[in-house]
Amino acid sequence: MSNKVIFTVDGASVQGEQGQTILQAAALAGIYIPHLCAMKGLTPWGSCRVCTVLANGRPQAACTMPIAEGMVVESETAELKDLRASLVEMLFVEGNHFCMFCEKSGNCELQALAYRMGILSPRHPYMFPTRRLDASHPDVMFDFNRCIQCARCIRASQELDGKHVFQFIGRGAHKRIGVNAKSGAAGTNLGVIDKAAEVCPVGCIVKKRVGFAVPVGQRLFDSKPIGTEIESRKAQSR
Amino acid sequence: MADNSSVSRQICAKFGNDKGRMMDILLGVQAQAGCIAPDALDEIAKSLSASRVEVESAATFYAFLSSRPKGRFVIRLCNDVIDRIQGMDRIADALKAEVGVDFGQTTADGLFSLEYTPCIGMSDQAPALLINDKVITRLSTDRVREMVHTLRTTKNLEQLKLTLGDGNNSHPLVRSMVVNNLRERGAVVFAPSTPGVALQRALSEQPVELIKIIKASRLRGRGGAGFPTGMKWEFTRAAEGDRKFIVCNADEGEPGTFKDRVILTEAAGLMFEGMTIAGYAIGAAEGILYLRGEYSYLLPFLEDTLAKRRAAGLLGRDILGKSGFKFDIRIQLGAGAYVCGEETALLSSCEGKPGDPKTRPPFPAQKGYLGMPTAINNVETYCAAVRIVENGPGWFTSMGTQGSAGTKVFSVSGDCSSPGVYELPFGITVAELLARVGATDTIAVQVGGASGRMIGPSEFGRKLCYDDLATGGSIMVFGPGRDVLAVAAAFMEFFVEESCGYCTPCRAGTRLLADRLERFLKGSAAPGDIDYLEKTSKTVKTASRCGLGQTAPNPILGTLQSFRKEYERRIRSNGRVFLPSFNPTSAVAAAEAIAGHVSMHFPAEKAGAKQ
Repeated sequence: MSNKVIFTVDGASVQGEQGQTILQAAALAGIYIPHLCAMKGLTPWGSCRVCTVLANGRPQAACTMPIAEGMVVESETAELKDLRASLVEMLFVEGNHFCMFCEKSGNCELQALAYRMGILSPRHPYMFPTRRLDASHPDVMFDFNRCIQCARCIRASQELDGKHVFQFIGRGAHKRIGVNAKSGAAGTNLGVIDKAAEVCPVGCIVKKRVGFAVPVGQRLFDSKPIGTEIESRKAQSR
Repeated sequence: MADNSSVSRQICAKFGNDKGRMMDILLGVQAQAGCIAPDALDEIAKSLSASRVEVESAATFYAFLSSRPKGRFVIRLCNDVIDRIQGMDRIADALKAEVGVDFGQTTADGLFSLEYTPCIGMSDQAPALLINDKVITRLSTDRVREMVHTLRTTKNLEQLKLTLGDGNNSHPLVRSMVVNNLRERGAVVFAPSTPGVALQRALSEQPVELIKIIKASRLRGRGGAGFPTGMKWEFTRAAEGDRKFIVCNADEGEPGTFKDRVILTEAAGLMFEGMTIAGYAIGAAEGILYLRGEYSYLLPFLEDTLAKRRAAGLLGRDILGKSGFKFDIRIQLGAGAYVCGEETALLSSCEGKPGDPKTRPPFPAQKGYLGMPTAINNVETYCAAVRIVENGPGWFTSMGTQGSAGTKVFSVSGDCSSPGVYELPFGITVAELLARVGATDTIAVQVGGASGRMIGPSEFGRKLCYDDLATGGSIMVFGPGRDVLAVAAAFMEFFVEESCGYCTPCRAGTRLLADRLERFLKGSAAPGDIDYLEKTSKTVKTASRCGLGQTAPNPILGTLQSFRKEYERRIRSNGRVFLPSFNPTSAVAAAEAIAGHVSMHFPAEKAGAKQ
């Protein structure tokens, strides 16, 4: 078959298919490349840059870069690991993330990445921004202190729910998630069963009244680090 | 002010209720209604069958668009580093005193708003400002007083007494006080040429042969990145698409660059001819000139130039009698966003979206404007292409260096006696250029604008060309007494303002870098701060999604390389202060205010003594 593509990740040979991104092909082969904005089922976005790898020596976001025959991908080098940690730390200081009283703790991908990377405290100073809350919607609530601007909600609403509930507004440091109504989330057609209400990797978009339905200790990343589900594929295929 | 809703409906209808013309619609609403109010967003969304937040997304991205009413006269003072060293602060003070409000505010009578804006392309005649779309240069405090007085009494921008500039600046459709400062005309862009000659020659060739000629000339992109133009055209020609597009990047936003302003003023026909030739070469029927909002004073003149070319059979159907070849150009006005100079952000903006860069690959040659194959080149590149077709590739490669054929138009500003535009062969050394522009005792030169590189005297022997010091043309000269770190800090502030905010390293990283650099200027830097700047700069450079973020740390990296002593001498390491950037007195200030009494340990008056 001509659509098979062979490339390497940190020296290991990986077979993927034409049209796949580095992140997708590596994941299917059981190689975990840390990422946040990328999510299976959503259009690749490339904003968090946590999945930065070297592809044939050039820095690229693994989530948007298509694979090519013979491509040499470097991922787990000391420099790239440090770069990713620095980016994750930027996301922490840029918002207001208080894991100890966030209901997403244990299910939060940002927190889980920090644990996996061994981040104890950020190298960057906290910015302590003033961010909004939007609790106007009857079933879903927004704490923008925790938003990392991954655009998952924007994409999920458009691509999976067939709606346009979210979009970025503003620019630069003022860029933030806007909702499709003058009056806040209550004015939108967001539904509690929408995918957009589920895809948030952090505790920015949370459903009301179910916050502690799964107790701390039994949550997604409480026993195994993030990425384990991908890496276990490799273990199985051995 | 007109009613926002009806204005919105009318303007949407004028642009065929086409969502792709969002930029023109938003600019139109703002021009007529004074702002894009929340109700206008609903109205525009309804007319365009778009979502409200989609309209809001575009409307909130651009610095020249506002959701709140602004003054009848919006005064935007350029805060570029050259304006700063040439007296911007005095002008700012005079403006505040005369207008009676601070920057960021509007007067109670709704007459004036004061704002800062990054480089408006007038560094050769700084300090400068915009009043709505009128450019006022070579400012003095006297002129500010006179200007504000005239506007207050007449309420008419046309009543300002301005001496019109040279060349087409005094054309009836321009009528601007801007001067060209065209100091040296080279053989390519500013040499005399007859409209249509090159186009006639181009149309006598097969498109493929034409691309071969451009390739043989070794022409490279004049915007700064230097991608081979012939190759770009070849890729675009080869790419599959129902429609193809030619786009000209006239979003000249790089601080210290203004050469495109002069080309647009004096050689617009040449540029349009180059776009037409490119259209023929790649098989495109449509072209877009993306004109930065700051240059909107040139819009009527450029529209007129296009109309004249249409009338002369140089645009439209069967151009110059060539049956079947049609090509036309529309002008897309920007609205204040440096990032739109990045080619994929520029395309987003042309499509009526916020100026966020697009994911690459695919590259514009494959999927550009509206997802169709698109060739984007700089203003100067199109001009050079015309002259290459006219005079042959051999003529072109006889100028410049092996890797950088032809001439380059430089924008020179700062501490020199003759700032302005110089068209010179590639390969000239920095020292030679400094001698020509009348710069003496120069301590530093910023080559390539904020995203370029600052060099010191030991590197003035280097050549200006793609193989050595690559530049889109911005040359900022700094003389004795200038603080190179303050220059770097001004550039970092610029990048913080102009980041689109899409990716983490550029959005958050540039702020972190700017703040850390600020410590050196405030005298609160610690020894580890140099290391932090180096490492974080590398992260931002490596991980950023587009050229803006990838070059944003350059002001720091360049000065660290050439002026490291300037950093070292400002580090506080007297051994007693663990973290000089931490001021306990100001840290407890908020708590003091809440508690209603002063801190026993860090009272304000003892702050100095304790450290």
